[in-house]
Amino acid sequence: MAFKRQIDRLPIIPADAKVHNVTCHYCIVGCGYKAYTWPINRQGGTAPEQNWAGADLSQQQETETAAWYAPSMYNAVRQDGKDVHLVIKPDPDCVVNSGLGSVRGARMAENRRSEVTGTQLQRLTEPMVWRYGTWQPTSWDDALDLVARVTARVIDKDNEDNLFVSMFDHGGSAGGYENTWGTGKLYFGAMKVKNCRIHNRPAYNSEVHSTRDMGVGELNYCYEDYRLTDTIFMVGANSLETQTNLFLNHMIPGMRGDTLDFKKQELPDEPHAAAKVVIVDPRRTVTIKACEEAAGKDNVLHLQINSGTDLALFNALFTYIADKGWVDKEFIAASTFQGEIAQPEDAAHPAALGGFEAARAACKMSVADAAAICGVPEADIVKAAEWIAMPKEGGKRRRTVFPYEKGIIWGNDNYRTIGALVNIGLATGNIGRPGGGVCRLGGHQEGYMRPSDAHVGRPAPYLDQLIIAGQGKVHHIWANDHYKTTLNATEFKRVYNRRTNMVKDAMDARAGATREELVDAIVSAIEAGGLFSVNVDVIHTQIGQQAHVILPAVESGEMNLTSMNGERRMRLVEKFMDGPGSAMPDCLIAARMANHLERVLREEGRTEYADQFKGFDWKTEEDAFMDGYYANTGQIVTYERLRAMGNNGVQEPVVGFEDGKLIGTKRLYADGKFDRHGREDKLALFCLGAWRGLQAPGKQNQKDSYRFLINNGRSNINWQNWFLDQKNEFVLDRFPVPYIQMNPEDMAELGLNPGDLVEVFNDVGATQAMVYPEPTARRNETFMLFGAPSGSQGNVINAGTNELILPNYKQTWGNIRKISDATPAAKKLSFKSWEVTL
Amino acid sequence: MKCERLVDVGRRQFLRGGITGAVGAAAATVLAPAPAKAQTAMALVDYPANRLANVADLKVNEPLDISYPDDSSPGVLLKLGTKVEGGVGPDGDIVAFSVLCPHKGWMLSYNADDKTLNCPGHYSRFDCEAGGQQVWGHATQNLPQFELTVQDNGDILAVGVDELIYGRLSNVL
Repeated sequence: MAFKRQIDRLPIIPADAKVHNVTCHYCIVGCGYKAYTWPINRQGGTAPEQNWAGADLSQQQETETAAWYAPSMYNAVRQDGKDVHLVIKPDPDCVVNSGLGSVRGARMAENRRSEVTGTQLQRLTEPMVWRYGTWQPTSWDDALDLVARVTARVIDKDNEDNLFVSMFDHGGSAGGYENTWGTGKLYFGAMKVKNCRIHNRPAYNSEVHSTRDMGVGELNYCYEDYRLTDTIFMVGANSLETQTNLFLNHMIPGMRGDTLDFKKQELPDEPHAAAKVVIVDPRRTVTIKACEEAAGKDNVLHLQINSGTDLALFNALFTYIADKGWVDKEFIAASTFQGEIAQPEDAAHPAALGGFEAARAACKMSVADAAAICGVPEADIVKAAEWIAMPKEGGKRRRTVFPYEKGIIWGNDNYRTIGALVNIGLATGNIGRPGGGVCRLGGHQEGYMRPSDAHVGRPAPYLDQLIIAGQGKVHHIWANDHYKTTLNATEFKRVYNRRTNMVKDAMDARAGATREELVDAIVSAIEAGGLFSVNVDVIHTQIGQQAHVILPAVESGEMNLTSMNGERRMRLVEKFMDGPGSAMPDCLIAARMANHLERVLREEGRTEYADQFKGFDWKTEEDAFMDGYYANTGQIVTYERLRAMGNNGVQEPVVGFEDGKLIGTKRLYADGKFDRHGREDKLALFCLGAWRGLQAPGKQNQKDSYRFLINNGRSNINWQNWFLDQKNEFVLDRFPVPYIQMNPEDMAELGLNPGDLVEVFNDVGATQAMVYPEPTARRNETFMLFGAPSGSQGNVINAGTNELILPNYKQTWGNIRKISDATPAAKKLSFKSWEVTL
Repeated sequence: MKCERLVDVGRRQFLRGGITGAVGAAAATVLAPAPAKAQTAMALVDYPANRLANVADLKVNEPLDISYPDDSSPGVLLKLGTKVEGGVGPDGDIVAFSVLCPHKGWMLSYNADDKTLNCPGHYSRFDCEAGGQQVWGHATQNLPQFELTVQDNGDILAVGVDELIYGRLSNVL
């Protein structure tokens, strides 16, 4: 039977419950929620005056009511040292989600650590050190002293290259402005660490270098643009599953025509219709089915291209649109570079950048050639071009919004492909205007505030490969789990296990030694090729199994935390519960680490170097916020001011404070001036990137050698909160192991039944998955869930990246063999289609 | 899916399950005789046993509109045609579910082709052959299933629910 909670009633929120602003910390969309807390021995009643909603709860509530919450929205947690009831439910007054909750965010309460209800007991509570052959709980001072003493032995003033750092750069979750500043000030301020990487990729770089080099920051629109647009041109994204409430609350109303009155009111001088949709994706996703339901099949065009051929498609669209003259000549003249080449192609720029005509020449691609490369009909490419740019009645410019995400960010030829998409947006005047935008959809929220990373260089060091090559001596890891989410993971894990085990063995051999003797033993092991690993996280991760020191962090809501969403909407999540045990915010962990490093360096007589670690006397996360965000962004935004802005917050950049309100910026580049590249002329550049096949090393060879495309990505239920959901019964019950979607005829050929466990293997490794039949999957094209704890897809992704070390996860090929029949856990699952049938 | 509504408000069940009964019995042995007082609040809600239909009324894969535990909680009674875990009746294939989507309370519609309940609001769907498991969707729980028993005369009674029903903080109002 399916998992059921067997809950027949819930405690009612009393009228006087405490209310806290909460932005969901899981995905980029950042839906607004409210957290209600009240004493454990009290409850509200069904009479209107007895409950928070002022509703008669003795009656059935209506569809979309705000006066109900699911069992997943309830828990009993600790607040100021006391047990309290907690309900976290969607906020109907938040403009982002208007009361909608996703399958992830609506489980925020259930996914809290509770000693009362027994949820999330996997959360780390105390620092641990490797001692006596296993991990032993200890104090912060003891753990940080060991970290500082070992680290101090491998770094020196102006030479910190043996300290390797993996650190998140995102908002939400346990990231945010406070925590990126804390870690950033330590590694890029006190130190100048060069060998580092970010949580989801093997180097410290931008995922979207080209758009920035062209002058166009990647989050330039507002979500309202989906309500105003004529056409949504979505690339490599599956928004119903991975930006759920952006899709449901903004894209769908635009497609349904529910926003026609709003369009007429905002943009009165042009004709309007419901939005059409073009989706570029090698896979038919549930997003496409939902678009068909909302917009009607005739208004949805799925360009089901061959994997990795987006660049050829975009260049053909750009060529066709330019040849037809469907471009915004005034915008091109006023806001884009007017010469040939502004930035030549070089090691840091995988394509030249320059003027519109130069880009037309460099990107020239006929519709016929693109159709052959992409495997889609010529007529569909022409139709897409018309939907993007053919003028509306009366010659009015069509408004098109171009959202994109990992399909091209983690796909073939990242730099040129994203550049080619931005080319179309620039040529058609669709950046900085209502109904437009060429924007990342995003994964996590953003919340980046760090000292300059210029010393890292470009291309940035390929950290994972350096580790495999035996480099690095101490590794600090902040909420990264390479074991689940890196590429070339089979080899990475093999080497990482070996190198960290050398240090564990050395520590085990000196049981009972003094601290000084222990540090000597560790350093000896490091000099022999070992690696000392420090893991800061909220749970004991897979890579954390190899750590020598483990430091427990808190997440959003267990601290005050600021972040911004995919339309740059900044909110403050108010702390509503205690962190587990002695866990601390990452910013304060970084500060205490800096304090200990300063102390140890001073003890060792390295006074000048020790002085670099001053300035970390923060007591609270708010201290870190003021030291970082406030001080570096015009000294406008404070916790108090942001709290007053509630769940609607303010859109960055924040430009002022008037009448008790923070003043934000609805869209970037509304004045037609582009500055992300730092050019003084503020003119946008076009990308001169011709199609060049599968660009990353080893990809074409893998494609030629193996039968199945192992396309990969996330899903509705397994997404940014998977680290918690690996211990959530509702989620585990649906997918106990990662699925691989296969065409039923392919399954029959390999003798596979639904739920069977298969091995996916190729030249770089192997992994496992559970077969899920998908009749719409093309023959020999599979889709495997990425980032699973119980079957890492990264095991079969080769090490090949683009020139700027952007991983190419999507283009992976392998063979498939059966491991076993469906396990008992898999046998009982539903293997029916995900497509709604109404 | 327009079907005749067949709801009988059944007798109330006063004692459900072994655990509740045992606690009650143990408590009785230590309580001194005392003046009459209000009944102690129970740990579980008291579900009514409501007659939904008779086995003879059901045709394979033709859904019957019902409601349970009361008129304001709509559901569906189904004879699936194949034995399923939790199914009752002579063929072990009779099941009943709430038809309020646990995401936002939209009314689900039955798709006879693959025996799923589907939400027109936000595209969630639930498998009637797998205990109401959410095949895909936004709800944070699987679909509430109504526990059924079949009497000697073929009457089908609903006697409980395994998840919280949308729109009410107590399954029995």
